[in-house]
Amino acid sequence: MTTDIDDELWSAIADPSRRRVIDLLVSNGDVSASWLAGHVPFSRQAVSKHLVVLEQAGLVSRRKQGREVLYQVEAHRLDQATRAMADLAAQWDRRLTTIKRLAEAAHAEAKKKRRL
Amino acid sequence: MPGLDIEREVLIDAPAEVVWRTITEPDQMSQWFADRVDLVVEPGAHGYMQFGDQGGPVVVETVDPPTRFSFRWNHPRGEEPVAGNSMLVEFTLTPEGDERTRLRVAESGHELVAWPDAEKQRYADEHRGGWAEFLDRLASVVAKPSR
Repeated sequence: MTTDIDDELWSAIADPSRRRVIDLLVSNGDVSASWLAGHVPFSRQAVSKHLVVLEQAGLVSRRKQGREVLYQVEAHRLDQATRAMADLAAQWDRRLTTIKRLAEAAHAEAKKKRRL
Repeated sequence: MPGLDIEREVLIDAPAEVVWRTITEPDQMSQWFADRVDLVVEPGAHGYMQFGDQGGPVVVETVDPPTRFSFRWNHPRGEEPVAGNSMLVEFTLTPEGDERTRLRVAESGHELVAWPDAEKQRYADEHRGGWAEFLDRLASVVAKPSR
């Protein structure tokens, strides 16, 4: 289960649009909400909403530069998110391995019965 | 499909019908998934899964034996899982010969809401690697010293 990760962080990264925003911040560093809006297929308003969620989850932070507000990613929190997602993939690998073992055992058992 | 995030697969030495029973029968599910599974495997059926001392509702979406089975859940929040607040788990079974089955699982996050189809497609194309690719990019950022 995903018990190692808090709800806020989880729902922040579970949304593909927000991951797109994170991607852009990762590759472009400190940028404004307007700049982000010019690089995503959703509205300026949607960008602002995503930034609020990401900020609440601690994944991005803002700072003022002159009249502009610039956003940047928080590496420590991203690291946590990265690990959480890797854990999720690993959980599915473990589940699939168990399914394989159960199904193969059931199949072998059925074949043995047929031979008797 | 746009928005699909985690995809994993395994090759199983058993016919698809056997694999199907393993992934859909509640007493089998409790061996690989939740500790306790209360679920009727019918499209639209509402059930419950218990993990240790936590649990949450689950809603069955697709039941197409022996090839497709999907359900929604949103552990750990415990709200009713619907599109937009939950994760969709989709199993696809592909027979490879009489006694071998490829089992693929995809777990996807929130839907891409209100995007034109062309944009969804473009996004999906750009993000074909899904989380794996995202993880790679994050790893490179995390490795940099923070400012």
